[in-house]
Amino acid sequence: MSEVSQDSGGGKKKGSSKQKKASTRIDFTPMVDLGFLLITFFMLATTLIKPQTMEIAMPSKDQAKEPPKKKAENMVTVLIGKDDKLCYYIGGPDTKTGELPTPTKIDYSPKGLRKLLIEKNARVVSQIIDLKKRKNLTKMNDKVFEDEKNKIKSQKNLPFVVIKATDDATYKNLVDVLDEMQICNIASYAITDINKDEIELVKNLK
Amino acid sequence: MPKVKIPRKSTAQDMTAMCDVAFLLLTFFMLTSKFTSKEAVQVSTPSSISEIKIPEVNVVTILIDKDGKVYFGMDKQEHRKELIEKIGAHRKVVFTPKEIHDFSLITSFGVPVEKLKLFLAQPPADRDMKQWAIGIPCDSLDNQFKEWVYFARQVNPNIRIAIKGDRKTPYAVIKKVMNSLQDIKENRYNLITSLEEAPKDL
Repeated sequence: MSEVSQDSGGGKKKGSSKQKKASTRIDFTPMVDLGFLLITFFMLATTLIKPQTMEIAMPSKDQAKEPPKKKAENMVTVLIGKDDKLCYYIGGPDTKTGELPTPTKIDYSPKGLRKLLIEKNARVVSQIIDLKKRKNLTKMNDKVFEDEKNKIKSQKNLPFVVIKATDDATYKNLVDVLDEMQICNIASYAITDINKDEIELVKNLK
Repeated sequence: MPKVKIPRKSTAQDMTAMCDVAFLLLTFFMLTSKFTSKEAVQVSTPSSISEIKIPEVNVVTILIDKDGKVYFGMDKQEHRKELIEKIGAHRKVVFTPKEIHDFSLITSFGVPVEKLKLFLAQPPADRDMKQWAIGIPCDSLDNQFKEWVYFARQVNPNIRIAIKGDRKTPYAVIKKVMNSLQDIKENRYNLITSLEEAPKDL
């Protein structure tokens, strides 16, 4: 009776001393979820990219609006209308009748306005492409590149563009046209007011 | 058929590494970016190939939304404070110090001067409501927009003017804005655009 069966006692002791070992590994999945939630919040609420700008300089009002002594065949007038309508005419009004030359309809695609401007400005465009090739080969520094570019653009007898827009054209149209000026390296361009005849011309474009 | 016991292995992955990566990314974003300041109206700008960056300081931002409403914004809190004091003096409107302080906290706004006091009295959450999206008048009769830019130039002679227009803004409003700027001899300004890839062959 005093004799407790060793086995069972031992067994019991074993059972009570053998603590259940809890796993010490924590599941980190919710922590990762939290981390990515915070990342997404910061990604959306903050900005890394600085928005770009286009520089534009307008002539002051005191000066004459018409640029002096430019050859008519070098002047391209681009008319911007409602619903992305775009047309151009070359030269000025007929000296005798005062009538404007018939406009040609074009669009904003590379085959439209850009093709026209590259054709008109072919000399400058090819010179600047050569300049860019030289820059890549000789590792020209940026300031020299800009100076050379300006020299090319200040040659004589280059085409210049007059931009006129109707009141119902959109800002995007204007920015696209100004952008094409930059892409095609047009040396001089100006934004001026549109007159009644030109508004009619644009309205009647098919 | 004997009962085939498929040895089952635990599919739980050790996620500690993933957690480290997540927090590294988070720290990167926290340290390298800054919160976008709340602009009065959301504008989606047209794109251009120009890569010139907008200057960060000394900028006057003119926002024009697609309905043609004009909003004006200036950076630097002290300049905004001086600006509203000058406008108050010019228009003979007295702003209380609290109103001046409230004004110096907002980056951009678009209400005519007559409604400015009421606008400032609203709690910040209510200022975004549609009724306050009036825009600053820019017509020839009452060109308040011209006054704001003129006094902004007086407060800080080094400012650069940046126009942030929407793609669908009608050209008529842009013309009014550009003419007003020409009237006060502000002939150099920047148009804010989003980046577009330049054509490769040019």
